[in-house]
Amino acid sequence: MFDDKSPIYRQIANQIKADILSGALAEEEQVMSTNQYAAFYRINPATAAKAFQELVDEGILYKKRGIGMFVAENARVTLLKHERESFMSQFVEPMVVRARAIDIPLEEVMEYIRQAAKEEAR
Amino acid sequence: MMKVDVRDLTLRYGKTTALDGLSFSLDGGKIYGLLGRNGSGKSTLLSVLAAFRKADGGDVLIDGEPVFENPRVTRQIALIRESVDIPDSDDKIERVLEFVASHRPNWDADYAARLLDGFELDPKKQVKELSRGKQSALGAILGLAARAPLTMFDETYLGMDAPSRYRFYDEILSDYIAHPRTIVVSTHLIEEVAKIFEEVVIIDKGRLVLHEPVETLTARGATVTGPAEQVEAFANGLTVLNERQLGRTKSVTVYGQMTAQQHQHARDAGLDLEPVPLQDLFVYLTSKGGAQ
Repeated sequence: MFDDKSPIYRQIANQIKADILSGALAEEEQVMSTNQYAAFYRINPATAAKAFQELVDEGILYKKRGIGMFVAENARVTLLKHERESFMSQFVEPMVVRARAIDIPLEEVMEYIRQAAKEEAR
Repeated sequence: MMKVDVRDLTLRYGKTTALDGLSFSLDGGKIYGLLGRNGSGKSTLLSVLAAFRKADGGDVLIDGEPVFENPRVTRQIALIRESVDIPDSDDKIERVLEFVASHRPNWDADYAARLLDGFELDPKKQVKELSRGKQSALGAILGLAARAPLTMFDETYLGMDAPSRYRFYDEILSDYIAHPRTIVVSTHLIEEVAKIFEEVVIIDKGRLVLHEPVETLTARGATVTGPAEQVEAFANGLTVLNERQLGRTKSVTVYGQMTAQQHQHARDAGLDLEPVPLQDLFVYLTSKGGAQ
């Protein structure tokens, strides 16, 4: 269930973000409660609450008193902006480093991408 | 919610000091892990908290009241010890449950029946017929179904096989969620149960090593892997628990106060960061010449 590469609360936060990006969780939709998360992942409710708090601080979720946690109105847009900002550093830079390490000319990589763009255009 | 205050607690067995000026406070309403090596004083501490034993010095206050010889308070405390404390082992399990039920105001008989089923215990069996693991399971059932406002399990997993232990941890968590109360679990099988703790109390040689939320403690550990030079720069000023090197790649496990910015810098520099298991931090904090 968990990859052990980051703390559990961070992994839960990332899962919720992924669900919002994919549309599995819609804006203004209620998120499962900390207790439901805790029971599902078999973790202390305080750990689940920490994940929620992080997402509230980032403006992804908001709390309705006495009801629960909801996906914020512009959560998807906020997340997309954030993901786009980190796309180059997270994916393209490592790809460039890797290509150089194994002697694939960047021109060849670019050709591959151009091909993908052509197919997309069709 | 059963607040627990321990102040300057001292207890000696002959020349051995089991508790040595131990102080800490639990706000209550949480699941606490009580961690310590063998002989660190865990069992003695729990016995004093449950008023099974009188301390030589210091105070234990439960919700502000002294616990020793105070039935109003002790009625609300359940301690399951290693021995499970069943006086007559000729008794059948069903008889034991009836007896405990009559002494426990919050006893849930339906829940006890479900647990018997889950742990595969036949209520018609005599206690003395049970294997060590099944005796522990009976202890787990008595502790869980009592729903005592302060529930303590002292290494209750002894002899249980892995599926039974995981069932036990799942039951603690789900019943705590349904019926919040103060639960203390002493263990040294830390890794398999760490996820259900909110706070940990670590003791060593009868003294407090630390009492913290699990997340605070684990945030202080990290295993950093990457080019040796950058890894060393990151580890500078932190306590190094372990290091390995393969060619120019170095992996260092560090302990110390780290900020989110430091983590981010490390990631930006291409270093790989992994959390350190609670068990490893515990070993470091309680090993000879460790953190103290």
